[in-house]
Amino acid sequence: MTGKRTSRTDEATTRAGARGTRAPAPTTAGKGTGRRQSRSRSDPGTAGTVGPATGATEATDATEAKHRADLLREMLRIRRFEERCVELYSAAEIRGFMHLYIGEEAVAVGVLRTLTPQDAVVSTYREHGHALVRGMPAESIMAEMYGRVTGCSRGRGGSMHLFDAGLRFYGGNAIVGGGLPLAVGLALADRMRGENRVTACFFGDGAVAEGEFHECLNLAALWQLPVLFVCENNLYAMGTALARAHAQTDLALRASSYGLASWAVDGMDVLAVEQAAARAAEAVRWGGGPHFLELRTYRYRAHSMYDPDRYRDKAEIEAWKAHDPINALADRMRAARQLTDDDLAAMEKEIAEEIDRAIAAATAAPLEPAEDLTRFVYSTPAEARSS
Amino acid sequence: MTTAVRSEEISYREAMRAAIAEALRRDDRVFLMGEDVGRYGGCFAVSLGLLEEFGPERIRDTPLSESAFVGAGIGAALAGMRPIVEIMTVNFSLLALDQIINNAATILHMSGGQFNVPLVIRMTTGAGRQLAAQHSHSLEGWYAHIPGLRILAPATLDDARGMLWPALEDPDPVLIFEHGTLYNTSGVLDPDAPVDIVHAAVRRQGADVTLVTYGGLLPKTLAAAEQLDEAGVRAEVIDLRVLRPLDDQTIMASVRRTHRAVVVDEAWRSGGISAEVSARITEQAFYDLDAPVERVCGAEVPTPYAKHLEDAAIPQPADIVAAARRTVDGDA
Repeated sequence: MTGKRTSRTDEATTRAGARGTRAPAPTTAGKGTGRRQSRSRSDPGTAGTVGPATGATEATDATEAKHRADLLREMLRIRRFEERCVELYSAAEIRGFMHLYIGEEAVAVGVLRTLTPQDAVVSTYREHGHALVRGMPAESIMAEMYGRVTGCSRGRGGSMHLFDAGLRFYGGNAIVGGGLPLAVGLALADRMRGENRVTACFFGDGAVAEGEFHECLNLAALWQLPVLFVCENNLYAMGTALARAHAQTDLALRASSYGLASWAVDGMDVLAVEQAAARAAEAVRWGGGPHFLELRTYRYRAHSMYDPDRYRDKAEIEAWKAHDPINALADRMRAARQLTDDDLAAMEKEIAEEIDRAIAAATAAPLEPAEDLTRFVYSTPAEARSS
Repeated sequence: MTTAVRSEEISYREAMRAAIAEALRRDDRVFLMGEDVGRYGGCFAVSLGLLEEFGPERIRDTPLSESAFVGAGIGAALAGMRPIVEIMTVNFSLLALDQIINNAATILHMSGGQFNVPLVIRMTTGAGRQLAAQHSHSLEGWYAHIPGLRILAPATLDDARGMLWPALEDPDPVLIFEHGTLYNTSGVLDPDAPVDIVHAAVRRQGADVTLVTYGGLLPKTLAAAEQLDEAGVRAEVIDLRVLRPLDDQTIMASVRRTHRAVVVDEAWRSGGISAEVSARITEQAFYDLDAPVERVCGAEVPTPYAKHLEDAAIPQPADIVAAARRTVDGDA
């Protein structure tokens, strides 16, 4: 799969067309890919995606242990952060629409850990996890949700609009599909200036039904722009199951029809995600054109805090929880003697303290004075008041 | 003499083209992107010849994907480029409304001032060419409703030539509306004409009534003013030039002198920019008025094809004259 960049697109298209998916690594190519057509969309156990990277990569050297510990810690950070958000929301400390990432942690961690600080990230309204892994301080995110001036967007964005210029984090976008054109433009700028940078664009399966998705995949492929399209397929667009909204539910296959390399990955396996994302990102970075990853994942909680979650079976949720990305990695690390209970406890303690500090700082932080309401409507302050 | 004048004569289309070419030469961050801007030379021939001079990287033909290429312009602007995005006509800009309103206009504020969007979007607007309902909209007033955008309507050659560069220098998104009936207007540029993207302009001075208009209706309004002059009514004509933010001062200063105002707008009356201007005059200069503010607007009908029907649907000089006379004579 490496080399021969000139033929990558055709190759991918052909493979996707023939098999409906594309394996993330030569060592596991073909594994599990034949069951796609009969796969039950609600049964993660028979997911036709490529499973955990095994064999040669199961080395137990210290570097690997450290790396896995980092992945585990980041996934745990997201989960604990989100769990505290639930508490704070229930206590009416934070408001607005809030969408939690619990269950999908492997996607953010696996993808974003492969990027460099020079790369760009375009995200969705379910972006706490993306922001955390990208390096946005928990305090900055928490303060934003508390509507404080110390929040990353000075309290003007809230949960759905986290931005960080220093991290090239171009926002949580709350219009499904609305971030894709921005990613195409960011990548176009890099392309025109000859920068070897990647723009990673996150969106969900719901976005695939939007016109903007199709316009953008075509344009990115037509102009061979360095975009890594990251589709978080959690099987539901709000309450509408994938199969109730799409005649063809194989999203990687559909993406490949635009002439870009595309494949599906087990989004509950952080190592598989990381491996696939690293390969895709490097190809994108060095002129391989846009790539598309479909990460098959699941959100354990409802769409948002307002969602009564009437549209799915509890058994389905439990089935996915059995494939929990955090437990899966922890188990694998324990088996490889890379993780002890003490390690995990220390990690949990460190994370709890980080979140405690973030909440304490957010609650103590000042609010933006209401007199400054019209700031940042225009870059020139006077303009905002004379419209 | 005539040869010398002719050699300097320029059309609105050519003035706009010269402005784009100058911007491309002055700043290598500038590029033009849109449907048929390259090989075709632009739907209205504004960009004719630019591909040959600047090449396909900077004169980019796009697929018919308004949302994607407008959004790509926003993204490129976020990354520090200075894109000029051409949407063929305002009618098709509806397919990019999400990007313009939910992204371009909001990102500076939503990000707490971290990300500005230095983007220019140009598009043709207006009726008057028998193109029927789907190609004749005047929706610039809608865009003028949106905080975060600057809305320009160049009506003169000097504005066509001069407004683009300051628009590109603006750190925030600027939309430029070019009325389709203006492209073939021509004349000689005034090298000393003051061109900014802030102020309205008094195009004709008069003491009896203020006619407020912009864009494609400026020529008709000036024609109406001539007719009024023959009847002894001296009309002042204000060209708004900038629909957002509105230059209240220039409007009010004129109304305070003339004590009468007629707002002339090709767009529909209900909820349009004419309503906004009229409301502001009432709010800020009510006690200076000697007559109710009049409006001359497009008829509330999808623009029809047949010439006589289209003519009836959009403001004509006679309508403007009649409205002005009502403010002066009283509507008995």
